[in-house]
Amino acid sequence: MTRLAIVGLPNTGKSTFFNRLTGASAKVGNWPGITVELYSARIILGAQAVEVVDLPGIYNLHGFSEDEKVARRFLEQTPLNLLAVIVNATQLDRQLGLALQAKELGIPMVLLVNMQDEARRLGIEIDRERLEAELDTPVVMMSAKHGPGLDEARRVLTERLHAARETRANPQVFARDDAIAARLDELYSRTVSQPRNVSDALTDRLDRVLLHPQLGLPLFFLAMLLVFEAVYTLGAPLQDGMAWVLDHAREMYLDGATERWGAAWRSFALDGVFDGAGTVLSFVPIIVLFFVFMGILEDSGYLSRAAFLMDAFMSRLGLDGRAFVMQLMGFGCNVPALMGTRVMRSRGLRLLTMLMIPFSLCSARLQVFVFLTTAIFSPTIAPLVLFSLYVASFGAGFLTALLYRRGLRNTEPLLLELPPYRFPTARQMLLRGWQETSHFLREAGPLIMLGVILVWFLTHYPFDAAPASAETLAGRIAAVFAPIFQPIGIDSLLTVALLFGFIAKEVVLGALAVIYGVGQENLASVMATRIDGIQAYSFMLFVLIYTPCLSTVAVLRQESRSWSFTALAIAWPLVLAWLVSFVFYRVAMWLV
Amino acid sequence: MTLDQLSPGDSGLILDVDAEPALRTRIEAMGLRVGRRIQVVRRARGGGPLQVRVGMTDLIIRPMQARLIRIGPAPPEPPP
Repeated sequence: MTRLAIVGLPNTGKSTFFNRLTGASAKVGNWPGITVELYSARIILGAQAVEVVDLPGIYNLHGFSEDEKVARRFLEQTPLNLLAVIVNATQLDRQLGLALQAKELGIPMVLLVNMQDEARRLGIEIDRERLEAELDTPVVMMSAKHGPGLDEARRVLTERLHAARETRANPQVFARDDAIAARLDELYSRTVSQPRNVSDALTDRLDRVLLHPQLGLPLFFLAMLLVFEAVYTLGAPLQDGMAWVLDHAREMYLDGATERWGAAWRSFALDGVFDGAGTVLSFVPIIVLFFVFMGILEDSGYLSRAAFLMDAFMSRLGLDGRAFVMQLMGFGCNVPALMGTRVMRSRGLRLLTMLMIPFSLCSARLQVFVFLTTAIFSPTIAPLVLFSLYVASFGAGFLTALLYRRGLRNTEPLLLELPPYRFPTARQMLLRGWQETSHFLREAGPLIMLGVILVWFLTHYPFDAAPASAETLAGRIAAVFAPIFQPIGIDSLLTVALLFGFIAKEVVLGALAVIYGVGQENLASVMATRIDGIQAYSFMLFVLIYTPCLSTVAVLRQESRSWSFTALAIAWPLVLAWLVSFVFYRVAMWLV
Repeated sequence: MTLDQLSPGDSGLILDVDAEPALRTRIEAMGLRVGRRIQVVRRARGGGPLQVRVGMTDLIIRPMQARLIRIGPAPPEPPP
């Protein structure tokens, strides 16, 4: 197979180019000797099939970051026909260094100078012929985002691939640390001329406001509020629509189609498999929307500004400002927020953020809390109760970061580029939303289905017992765990509801209705007579903190690629939830 | 004098990057190399990071890392 790899620094539009070159056909895949997955795609260039691999963004072939090790390992292990090095035309003063290093590998190479539109606007002039001669490499000027130069890039790549033989990188290059600084400066001064003052005036003006010492943080919170509202206000009706379609499909077709099946099989098909698929699908609208708006935050350059503004606080927790953005987004739904942590390149930092996000009080838990607080507490204190749960949510997240920051250490220094403000294109954002969604469906989908079916089995077996009653497996498990849940004021009926809540936290309400044997419309009045305020609050604290929902667990595993981390992310919240509820319940009982 | 001691708006010349090899490689790859002119654009409040400008690149760097970068007086800019 003819193989082409793309390398470049972060923020060079490398992935944009990869996506433009390969369409939406990219898949993540494993490579021998490499622990992380890389995006690759098979395309036809000219008359031959070519496998294109997008390597992670690297600063230096000799670098020590996780991404740099991955890229180096890939180049060591994998024979290539061609290497496309992509650089940002406005930063050639440092980016040409990577081209010089890559040249030494001895693999046939093409240099793609991207963002030439920005460079031209800033008055930077690049002598393409001279650059070609100095590097002895074809050079293409292009703008991957807007399109100019793309056809030329495709033509040159095709041409070179046709001529090139499979080559292995010269292994000595990886061992020696070259002193390219002098060569870089010389190459730069010979090929590029730039006006003295090249900073982007619009960016400077915007930064004076957006990074203002007093205004910066309030504007940041305002921006977060707007993005949050946009994602979840637009997402809610789409999710409702999806639920409506699924409900109707069930009523119109499936109920009839399964009529003659045995009761157990029918329940398995409808309450197990079909509801499992429904759970997976219900996330699709918000994942697409989340990545559209995250794309705006990230590609515009504002996410790095958020890191600047929040860093003083977050660095004390072993995190950085981007972790805070994802934590906030988790208040809508934990699932896309966890996927969003991929912007962080340090594994320790990423895992610590992923451990913290599930404590964010998501909209599913909010439904349960709004219902219970209005059912059990008087209208004057219900809002205060709800507010205190938000405080507990932040508290649990920050406490977790503090406790685990040594174990999950952030190995990368905070050296973030502040790129000029840019407009992302609609095409880029939609493509990203599509890629993330299909990734979620493939990776997390099966695990979520399996979990839903498991919980279905626990709450329905033996099939002659009433679902979720004391005779079912779930009821028996609740009885076994009674000594653990009694001390925190949660009776066995509520324990079964917690088991349901593992599927999705909003399921707790439906489960309570089934368990108490009443319709949802009467649930509030019935519950008010069965449990008191202290029990209800202890239960809510537990629901807030305990094991994240099944979909969150599936995504924790998808993103961490580690079962032991996933186990920690399940067990720790369970322990913390019990401790918090226990302390609250005992203190409250003692006070009353 | 080290980078974290520069006031916003001030420039200096990088004399030395006194970091362990991994960090040094990274700092240099971001353009902070010996002999280059560096300007502190602003600092975040509450001991937060610095925004610095080197050549064509704007970066944020924490005070802890900025302390590793030794700075000398910048030569006056040549007239345009």
